[in-house]
Amino acid sequence: MENVNDLRDQLTKTITRPIEKIVKFFITASAFAAILISISIIFTLLTEAINFFQDPAVTFKGYFTATRWTPTFQNPEYGVIVLISSTLYIAVIACLISFPLGLFSAIYLSEFATKRTRKVIKPVLEVLAGVPTVVFGYFALNWITPNIIQRFIPGTGVFNALSAGIAVGIMIIPTVASISDDALNAVPNSLRNGSLALGATRRITSLKIMFPAALSGIIASFILGFSRAIGETMIVTIAGGQYPELNLDPRSAMYTITSSIVNVSLGDTPHGTTAYNALFALGITLFIMTFILNIGSDYIARKYRKEYE
Amino acid sequence: MPESIEKNMSNETLITGKKAENAIKESLFLFTLYICVTIAILTLMTLIYDVLSTGTTRLTSDYEVGLITKIQIDNPIDFLTTLDSRYPDRAGIGPAFAGTVWLMIIVVSVTFPFGTGAAIYLQEFAPKNKITRFIELNLTNLAGVPSVIYGLLGLAVFVRLAGFGRSVLSGGLTLTLLILPVVIVASREALKAVPDTIRQGALALGATKFQAVFRQVVPSAIPGMVTGMVLGLSRAIGETAPLIFMGALTYVNYFPDTPLSGFTAIPIQVYNWIGYPQAEWKETASAGIILLLGLLLIMNSLAIFIRNRYEKDL
Repeated sequence: MENVNDLRDQLTKTITRPIEKIVKFFITASAFAAILISISIIFTLLTEAINFFQDPAVTFKGYFTATRWTPTFQNPEYGVIVLISSTLYIAVIACLISFPLGLFSAIYLSEFATKRTRKVIKPVLEVLAGVPTVVFGYFALNWITPNIIQRFIPGTGVFNALSAGIAVGIMIIPTVASISDDALNAVPNSLRNGSLALGATRRITSLKIMFPAALSGIIASFILGFSRAIGETMIVTIAGGQYPELNLDPRSAMYTITSSIVNVSLGDTPHGTTAYNALFALGITLFIMTFILNIGSDYIARKYRKEYE
Repeated sequence: MPESIEKNMSNETLITGKKAENAIKESLFLFTLYICVTIAILTLMTLIYDVLSTGTTRLTSDYEVGLITKIQIDNPIDFLTTLDSRYPDRAGIGPAFAGTVWLMIIVVSVTFPFGTGAAIYLQEFAPKNKITRFIELNLTNLAGVPSVIYGLLGLAVFVRLAGFGRSVLSGGLTLTLLILPVVIVASREALKAVPDTIRQGALALGATKFQAVFRQVVPSAIPGMVTGMVLGLSRAIGETAPLIFMGALTYVNYFPDTPLSGFTAIPIQVYNWIGYPQAEWKETASAGIILLLGLLLIMNSLAIFIRNRYEKDL
């Protein structure tokens, strides 16, 4: 097929009009733009981050060992560990919510739901996935915090890691559910039928046959969900507060990488200052974290897809 | 004989006992699954109910300001067209709404040609080699980059390097970068769904590959591509974080009139209002969220409509 096309193209080369060449050039360039975007992301983040580390007030060691993140203070300290630990902390809370809920929803959808219920629930999850994060932030601050967190854990502040984590978790449920659902659906029907034919119940079939068979896809969905929790910005900015010191109390405010990027940029920091460059140092830290997770997720998902092809 | 009967009976009770236990486990498991699905759905409903009940009071009721003035905003249209204000009951979403419309125009006019172009190249023309695979890998990774990083990129490239400043153009281009991977993937899916017989038929009738792709394949994939574009766009208009770097959060009390004017957008305006501690602002913020969710609902319905309308023709 390809060869025939090539031959035909060669034969008709003489009558190729210039407009075709222009269009072909344009679409090829568009595709290569993807590489250009990636390069410019890495390039801009790196150059500004290098500027950041060239400031004498910043040391590479201080970046990873200081326990305060206060770039706009009189005596600035740049302890990224504060931000990384808060980010991971909130992401873990989010995963505790979204992994079980997302996975069980996926098992329900692929193993138990009838076609009709599936047709109702799938769009609902899609709508949940489409809700803007600023709305989830509002929901976390004005509904989850007063109605759930402060009711059951009195004394919790208005801004707290717990409600931000829960809201991020809810936001990720559709991601986990839809990818796990795909993974379960990709398992050949013969496995499911074989298990049922041998007398296994549907619970046994789901848990002991389907779940292990789709495990790599499910893990891929977990990693991707975790990566999205780390990169989530507006929910943690609105509901998570800004507490620039190291702390691990879920009832208190925290300060994630993303929310400090937003807050530093809100302070209208002039171009070229250390605080401005700090944005990009944080950016590349975040980029590396999510990049590794995304690659890992993609690798695992690819590997499992081959198993059944 | 009695002995064996006894044996059989004990076996049977054993089996039925196990069966009963299994049945309980079975229903418990199903119950757990139900609970999980219900929590997800209930959360969505609670969210929508909370926003609606808080926001509609802002859109329909009247307020006493001090003791003398009584301001009534019964008309949601007023909310859509008036400027932001220091008073929650007078604050409208006009400039932000206009800003979002500007962003949508810029995003569509840049994303559609580039997104579909890249998809057509990758799906129809690209040779199967390492470079193509590298582009595909790039696209997958770009789709997973946190949106706040696109904001940093937009700040460095469009605001500073290209000199567009903190303008609606910079914002639109930043959002374009954000949704381009999504649109490319969706458009490729649309092209993939076009049956090979259409390509072969065109080629058999003597069309060049270019003619076959652009006169036969692409037209039949257009509905799918438009659907992908609309879904990408609906993601773009809900984005807040990348736009904050464009200066969209400053107090904007005018309607943007050129691509280079400053702007604010609906989600940014909502974020702004959420930040005020007074309870009345909560209602105003909810009213903004209702508008945002309404817009998204319209766009998603449009996407579903296009998908259902044209899917059968293929």
